[in-house]
Amino acid sequence: MTVWLDTLLQGIMLGGLYALFAAGLSLIFGIMRLVNLAHGDLIVLAAFVVLVVTSALGLDPFLAALLSAPILFAFGYALQYLLLNRTLGRDILPPLLVTFGLSIIVQNGLLEAFSADSRRIGAGALETQSLPLGGGLAVGVMPLLTLASAVLAILALNFLFYRTSIGRAFRATSDDPETAQLMGIDNRRIFALAMGVAMTVVTVAALYLGMRANFDPTIGPARLIYAFEAVIIGGLGSLWGTLAGGIIIGLAQAIGARIDPEWQILAGHVAFLVVLVLKPRGLFPRAVD
Amino acid sequence: MYTSAQSVRAAVGGRFTRHTAFAGAALLLLLVALPTFASRALVQDLIFVFYMLALAQYWNLLAGYAGLISVGQQAFVGLGGYMLFALTVIVGLDPLLAIALAGVIAGLLALPTAFVVFRLRGAYFAIGTWVVAEVYRLVLAQWKQLGGGTGTSLPPDITNSVAGIEGVKALFDARTSAARDMILYWTALVLAAGTIIAVYLILRSRHGLALAAIRDSEPAAASAGVDNFRAKLSVYVATAAGTGMVGALIYLQKARISPDSAFAVLDWTAYVILIVVIGGIGTIEGPIIGVLVFTLMQYYLAGYGTWYLILLGALAILIMLFAPKGIWGYVSERTNLVLFPIRRRLIASE
Amino acid sequence: MLETRGLTAFYGDFQALYGIDALLAAGETVAIIGANGAGKSTFLKAIAGLLPSPPDAVRLDGVAIGGLAPAKVTRLGISLVPEGRKLFPSLTVEENLLIGTYGRAPGGHWNLARVYALFPVLAERRHAPSTALSGGQQQMAAIGRALMANPRILLCDEISLGLAPIVIRDIYNTVPAIKAEGASVLLVEQDIVQAMAVADRVYCFQEGRVSLAGRPSELTREQIHTAYFGT
Repeated sequence: MTVWLDTLLQGIMLGGLYALFAAGLSLIFGIMRLVNLAHGDLIVLAAFVVLVVTSALGLDPFLAALLSAPILFAFGYALQYLLLNRTLGRDILPPLLVTFGLSIIVQNGLLEAFSADSRRIGAGALETQSLPLGGGLAVGVMPLLTLASAVLAILALNFLFYRTSIGRAFRATSDDPETAQLMGIDNRRIFALAMGVAMTVVTVAALYLGMRANFDPTIGPARLIYAFEAVIIGGLGSLWGTLAGGIIIGLAQAIGARIDPEWQILAGHVAFLVVLVLKPRGLFPRAVD
Repeated sequence: MYTSAQSVRAAVGGRFTRHTAFAGAALLLLLVALPTFASRALVQDLIFVFYMLALAQYWNLLAGYAGLISVGQQAFVGLGGYMLFALTVIVGLDPLLAIALAGVIAGLLALPTAFVVFRLRGAYFAIGTWVVAEVYRLVLAQWKQLGGGTGTSLPPDITNSVAGIEGVKALFDARTSAARDMILYWTALVLAAGTIIAVYLILRSRHGLALAAIRDSEPAAASAGVDNFRAKLSVYVATAAGTGMVGALIYLQKARISPDSAFAVLDWTAYVILIVVIGGIGTIEGPIIGVLVFTLMQYYLAGYGTWYLILLGALAILIMLFAPKGIWGYVSERTNLVLFPIRRRLIASE
Repeated sequence: MLETRGLTAFYGDFQALYGIDALLAAGETVAIIGANGAGKSTFLKAIAGLLPSPPDAVRLDGVAIGGLAPAKVTRLGISLVPEGRKLFPSLTVEENLLIGTYGRAPGGHWNLARVYALFPVLAERRHAPSTALSGGQQQMAAIGRALMANPRILLCDEISLGLAPIVIRDIYNTVPAIKAEGASVLLVEQDIVQAMAVADRVYCFQEGRVSLAGRPSELTREQIHTAYFGT
């Protein structure tokens, strides 16, 4: 019994990480209907940025992430403004292929710069601390922080979306880009800002990715797939749905791993396929398409 | 304007058709005869060219004509490869027969796959196909009899038992390994040429017209009576079967399989997409040109490792931004040259 | 103030406007009338920057503004109330009005309180989703949204389309108040009687060309009929 409770707890915490992976993807799709195939590699890239800042300046990883966030915001802004904006349009092939190309470039660029060695962002005592919950159950501080950060990130994004003027512009542009331009909104800047915000969330995701486990330049595509599954399960356009989707993937993986460690990833995919067959529009659909 | 006294008919074909057919036949003859005089290295390189060409034609039919942009075609390459191993090692079939059967099985498995991924649209369909490919990879990694996660090799007595190998050895006085390459070469040639001819015939048929209509506007095609779902499903299943056969052939030649290599998104989808896009998507000529350019790049630059891959990624971006119709699109826009005429033109007759 | 010279517009290969010469003076209300497909909406879209046009074809105070991005045109003080209202469905009524301030020219009369004073019903429904409004209320919100940018020139595309006569009257009754705050109005209107009543001058379009221009009082029914339908 305790074993299974522990498994469920682990799964929910893991889901927090996947929700962090997915929030940026969900945001970008919601605002500009762009599916970014390089999203997973950008998470890994951000993890390397945090790692470099941590080790170069000898900083605490959380502080390093705080410093890295503006860098990655600027990177995202420039990436969207200079490159990805040119690919948007009715045809979905250009954005897919360009982000596919970007994925290959980021992955191999990181291999060239950092080699294929496994890295980790050292978090000191935090890595092993845990909170006893009684009854033989305990929850790791790091997983708990991950889940809390995911909830905070989604609260912050919802605030940005529904309570600020930039959020209004995001929603208006998402509804109808042509009419949004008539309002004096420059779509290219709005899209660039959105990518900047997404990269800021990616920085948080990367921080936990790097502190919780080893990473290397090749693990990006798998993170993209988990993120994508969380977004689809949650329903397009719903950030809380994305959190739920992340938790479902996390739970499925934890349960699968408990049965047989080789089944961890497969169980997550199967959960995704089951939801897709039963509820093709996800559990909490919001957006029209 | 046409008057009512004239009748109008739609026709495909044109001035170049006959020349093209003649040149094509001559080229085909040359390629058939090639292994009898060319070096073994060239034969092996051409096998690579042929199977990449076939994969590219299938992806092009899927994405360029049916509008189904998949980044999960490695699912069917991997399935084909694993079916070849299963059918030869476990069932004991002849490898060539196993290639055909692997295609059938891949086509059958495309049906449940489509049941799932067809629920997604556009870019989400693309990632959905990738997820399904991952599922197949993880499931086949559980197949302990075929080596599980580390994979397995094809025993030499199977690779050397390809149908007709004794005849080829006797006829050309070749050693076993050379004779095997020749048979694989001809199989690959049949697959590639057969694929091009099949795609050409499909696109010239009524189905091709339906596909063109869907690509231009799904609602309009539906209102004109085209069954979008059936048309797309048929293309998806047919390309899966073809891709599966090519996958079987690839792993018969490689004689070693593992889940990671057989379901590699880079090798069997990214490269293939790049070939189609370099050459020109939505044309039959494009993938042919693309595979030649890609093979040359692979031949001269692959040694640079990660830098080569970075170059390929940059190339994909540059082509999409500056030449989205690829090399063939650029050429045919300026010269009006068409080797495989599939566009219908109106012809008036008195 | 706003002038077009030889303005052309294309949808792909299809030419919709064949050289429109038109003028909107400060403080004027000008109506564009014409049959369906005459190019009236296209004309407004071209001015607003939604369709490409040569720089010299559109001039604001003598400065060439043709072909500028729509966002830039809005910032110069030209606001379009688009055909079909085009409110943002995921925004509330008030948010739709606020989004209008993005392209605001500095200074100016209009703010939330004044728009609500002009259209009191919008104040009551300020927190409703814009999709919950009636057609007339949506039209008011769309006009209010354009006013929030403090335009010098308000372009109105078919603001009476699909509305009940009493609602149309209510909406047109606000035009004097809008003009009183210094905006000139260029409107496209299917309803000739309505157009004649509100406009200082009218242009009639036929197949992408100006077929008639003048003051309503100086035009005869026959002239308009001919200009409208051709001969």
